[in-house]
Amino acid sequence: MRKRSQRLWLIGSAGVLVAGAVALAVVGLQGAVAFFQSPSDIAEKGATSFHQSVRVGGLIEVGSQKHEEGGKLLTFSITDGKHTVPVVFEGIPPDMVKEGKGVVAEGKFDPSGTLVASRVLAKHDENYMPKEAYDALKRASDSEGESSYGKEPTT
Amino acid sequence: MIAELGHLLAFLALAAACGQTVLGLTTGGETPRRLAVAGGMFATAAMVALIISFVRLDFSVALVAQNSHTLKPLIYRIAGAWGNHEGSMLMWCMIMAGYGSAAALWMSEGKLRDRALGVQGLLTAGSFAYLLFASSPFTRLIDAPFDGGGMNPLLQDPAVALHPPALYLGYVGMSFVFSLAAAGLINGQIDREWARRARPWALFAWSSLTIGIALGAIWAYYELGWGGWWFWDPVENASFMPWLVGAALVHSLIVTEKRGGMASWTVFLAVLTFVLALLGTFLVRSGVMTSVHAFATDPTRGLVLLVGLGIMGGAALALFAWRAPLLKAGPEFDPVSREGAMILNNLFLSVAAALVLVGTVTPMILQWMGEAGVISQEAASLSIGEPYFQLTLAPMVAILLLFMPLAQAAPWRKAELSPMLKWLMPAAIAAVLAAVVAMALGGWGVWLGFGVLVGVWVIFGVGMDVGRRLGAGGFGRVLRLPLTVWGMAIAHIGMGIFVIGATVETATRTEQTFPLRPGEIAEMSGWTFEFQGVSEVEGPNYTALRADILVRHDGINEVIHPETRTFPVARTSTTEVAIKKTLGGDVYVALGDQLRDQPGAWRIRIAKHPLIDWVFGGAGLIAVGGFISLVARLRRRAPAASQEQATSTPTAEADVPAAGAPA
Repeated sequence: MRKRSQRLWLIGSAGVLVAGAVALAVVGLQGAVAFFQSPSDIAEKGATSFHQSVRVGGLIEVGSQKHEEGGKLLTFSITDGKHTVPVVFEGIPPDMVKEGKGVVAEGKFDPSGTLVASRVLAKHDENYMPKEAYDALKRASDSEGESSYGKEPTT
Repeated sequence: MIAELGHLLAFLALAAACGQTVLGLTTGGETPRRLAVAGGMFATAAMVALIISFVRLDFSVALVAQNSHTLKPLIYRIAGAWGNHEGSMLMWCMIMAGYGSAAALWMSEGKLRDRALGVQGLLTAGSFAYLLFASSPFTRLIDAPFDGGGMNPLLQDPAVALHPPALYLGYVGMSFVFSLAAAGLINGQIDREWARRARPWALFAWSSLTIGIALGAIWAYYELGWGGWWFWDPVENASFMPWLVGAALVHSLIVTEKRGGMASWTVFLAVLTFVLALLGTFLVRSGVMTSVHAFATDPTRGLVLLVGLGIMGGAALALFAWRAPLLKAGPEFDPVSREGAMILNNLFLSVAAALVLVGTVTPMILQWMGEAGVISQEAASLSIGEPYFQLTLAPMVAILLLFMPLAQAAPWRKAELSPMLKWLMPAAIAAVLAAVVAMALGGWGVWLGFGVLVGVWVIFGVGMDVGRRLGAGGFGRVLRLPLTVWGMAIAHIGMGIFVIGATVETATRTEQTFPLRPGEIAEMSGWTFEFQGVSEVEGPNYTALRADILVRHDGINEVIHPETRTFPVARTSTTEVAIKKTLGGDVYVALGDQLRDQPGAWRIRIAKHPLIDWVFGGAGLIAVGGFISLVARLRRRAPAASQEQATSTPTAEADVPAAGAPA
């Protein structure tokens, strides 16, 4: 095989592969992107307007954690100080998911406006909160013109 | 005193690295070589000084005060030395200087060694400068506290104590491969001899990286308490990208070494692997994302890392662009040949790395654009999850594995496809049967069937290839087969085992949460779990709530103890799961929280992880295969080459350069 056809063959197969990969990436991104929303965003737009996965951040409202269905489900509310979002999670969340602590829940809303979380994330340390949770609190308190929650997370 | 001594030694190592750079790039010869050896010794001694400070709990050293505690067990006091930003940067510097020393001691004399030591010296000096001027581990406190702050309890774990050293051997090892590439470009000589000398370093670094990543996955599996071993977290992706490109590199180096082909591509991969390793370090260390690894959220440190990354990457790519046109093209070959298969391998691995890169950095770039006001905050804050990575990577890996046995069997230059396919028919039949059985047992998932199909195809195909190389001589010849063949076969079979384990585990894992009162029994697919209550237990630096759970399943009758541990110093709690290993996989039990409305009832999470050991075992075999190939390279330097040629089978003979191939 001559040099020229060797190169043609190489460029051709690389081109097919790259085109396939781009197509895969586009399709893959559609199902996998979760936009971040604060409880205030959700109160403003209405929970049912979200069809895709969303990530909701804030603090777990004190006194809101409950077990339901004989202990199979954990429910709690995420608050940014102005609005709250009810969340239900099946299973046992990470250790640092506690009342009054920062949390990010990822999932989809059911018709009643409850976030059915598939993942619940907390930071692995008592002092700090996930960045997204901090941002939600900051946004809510900025709009009030006062800062009522937490300090900048530092690690 | 020890800390000051360490500080001084680090400065000496910096000085040695500077000398090594200047002399290595100019005169060469003995002096830079001695400096490289000395620099490695200084750096190691500095690390030892830091470890001694940690072991002796010298709380007047700021780093010790922040990260250690009197109640911490000895092994984690040692590991604590690198369980933080500054200490791990010192370890990075030490390993980088250590690679220089190793090269000085073991590489044969010549321009390649001189220049490579020079470039490595430059990288080492840069790292030490960053360490000493931006994140010194030896800073003293004026008022020493009475006790330390303790380490993140999640890191108090044997797998994670070894995870950073192994990962750094990999990441930093790529720096020496990079130095060799840069040296080759400076000398204008990237040829078969260059590849022969670079390949052992690449194999060592890449195999170490494999082990480091696997240790991290094992840790995530049993320490985070939810039973996942890979989350497509940006931190994990940061190590996965250099792994993928490194895998392409160790393959393309074979083509360059055996055939003299793909020289500029190989050099490009060597540069790219190191740039990705640096990018990974930047992502993990700069605090642009939240994780256990983000020790340093100080933005100036992140900026320094980014600037360093830009300079090194840019300089390397410029050097490449300038010198690569000088490199000669290799001999011609047919698309259906070992060369062709290697090119496919490289294309797929590089595209896979690009897909991971897109999924990892897109959210960060958007966020940055949002903060800069280019796009709205709302559009800027998003995450890309598991479905993206699964959908894009699974086909890449599947096609890669479909070609694997063919690539192994194909001779250089030109191969015939149809006899190979005919000959591999038994492996194809075994693969289809196994896939059907797996789908029948595991619920007809497409991914499950496909994963098992390609995994079994690879294991059988590679096995048949080894059998064919053994030829009529049968098992008597097992020991006489070249080690390179064993290395390749073991790594490839490890890949097959890994893919089967990963797909079966992901597709068929089950989990359930049971609220249980003492005396109550939970049942899950033939297993019973009798909850016997929770008691309080004191650990060295924690208190634990420990459950007693009696597990029964034909023949097994055993009490297991999942715990939740509370660490008062760090004000954190962790989950210690109890794992019952069986032939088919793990039964994984975690203790949750107490029911709010019913005191005395606890939530217990029980999960089954089928074939989980195949995931870690497969990854381990990949690394073992890499190390065996490395040993084979080192042994072949001895004049055993002629003997090997005499005993090799027709395809193994293709490893030996054909007559008339340009050298």
